[in-house]
Amino acid sequence: MWTYNKVLQYPINIKCPNAKLAKFIISQYGGPDGELAASLRYLSQRFAMPDQKAKATLNDIGTEELAHLEMVGTIVHQLTQGLSPEEIKAAGLGAYYTDHGVDVYPQSAAGMPFTAAYIAAKGDPIANLQEDLAAEQKARATYEKLIDLCCDDPDVLDPLRFLRQREIVHFQRFGEALRGVQDKLAEKRFFMNDTNMANMMSNNCNGCNNNCNCNN
Amino acid sequence: MIEDRNCNMNNECEFPTPQGINAAFGYNTAIMNDSNSNCGCNCNCECEDETRSEMLKNIRCLSFAIVDLAQYLNTHPNDQKALCLHKEYCRQLKDLKDKYQKIYGPLSIYYPCNKWRWLEEPWPWEGGIE
Repeated sequence: MWTYNKVLQYPINIKCPNAKLAKFIISQYGGPDGELAASLRYLSQRFAMPDQKAKATLNDIGTEELAHLEMVGTIVHQLTQGLSPEEIKAAGLGAYYTDHGVDVYPQSAAGMPFTAAYIAAKGDPIANLQEDLAAEQKARATYEKLIDLCCDDPDVLDPLRFLRQREIVHFQRFGEALRGVQDKLAEKRFFMNDTNMANMMSNNCNGCNNNCNCNN
Repeated sequence: MIEDRNCNMNNECEFPTPQGINAAFGYNTAIMNDSNSNCGCNCNCECEDETRSEMLKNIRCLSFAIVDLAQYLNTHPNDQKALCLHKEYCRQLKDLKDKYQKIYGPLSIYYPCNKWRWLEEPWPWEGGIE
C-alpha cells in the first residue's frame, strides 16, 4: 500500500503565472504520454511480470510517476494561480475555464479527457515492457517539446528538465528489466518425472508457505 | 537551535492507554488484543511464520487505525483523545515496523539493508505471507 509524504520530489516555485504554458503542460498530467497514464500503466502491468526484478522495477517506477503527477499538477496550478478570467481567456484556456475553472483536470493539451485507452496491459511481459520503453521515450519527447515552448521561464524549465531526465533513467531501467525477462523466458525448463519427488511436493502444506510435513 | 514544533513524543498522553478508549473509536487492533496464535493454515504443523504473519497483521491494523484517525483528525483537529490515540499508534507502528524489518527485510525502499533484499520476499498481490 501507499503512504503520502508532504514534500515534492523536486522543488517548484513559479513566480510568474502563465496560462499559455499551463495549457500545454497539462498534457503531462492527463495526456496520452502523461504521468497518470505512466503510473497506471506500470502499476497495472507489474502483477503478472514473470520475475522479481521486473515486478520491482514496475512497482517502484509506477510509484515515482505518482510523485511526478503531483509535480506536473503543481506546475499547472502555479501557472494559473491568481489570473483573472480575462487573462485565462486570452491565453486560450477559456473553454477549460468554463468546465474546470482553475482546477487541475487530467486532459491532454488538445482538451481530450484522460482515458484508460492511453495505457496497455497486453498479457505478455515482453510486449508490456516494450510498450513501457516506448512510453518513456514519448514522455521524454513531450518534455523536450514543452521545454522548447517554455524557454522563457527558468522556474518552469528547471522541473521540466528534471522530469525529462527521469524519463531517460526509467528507459534505462526498463531496458534492463526487459533483458532479465527475456533471459528468464529463454531458460531451459526441467520437468520432474520422479514419483518420489511428486509425492513429496504434493505433501506440502497449501495453506501456508512453510515447508511443514503435514498432509494438507 | 531548531525550534521544537511539538512533533516530539516526550509529553505523556493525559488519556488512558489505547486499550481503554480503543473501543470508543471502533478499533480492534490485534496488537492490543493479544489475539490468537493460529497460523490459519488448518494444519497441525509448527508454523515458522506464526510470528511473522502475526506481526504483519498488527502492522496492517495499526496502519489502518492511523489512516482512519488522520482522516478524522483532518476534520476534528482539536480532538485530544484522537490525537492521543494517533500518537500512541504511530509509536507502536514505528517500533513494530523496525522490529519486523530487522528480521524479515524491508517493507519499503526506505529501509536499508546490507544486501538488496527488496527482491527476495513475495509481493503482496502474490498471496504468500499475509
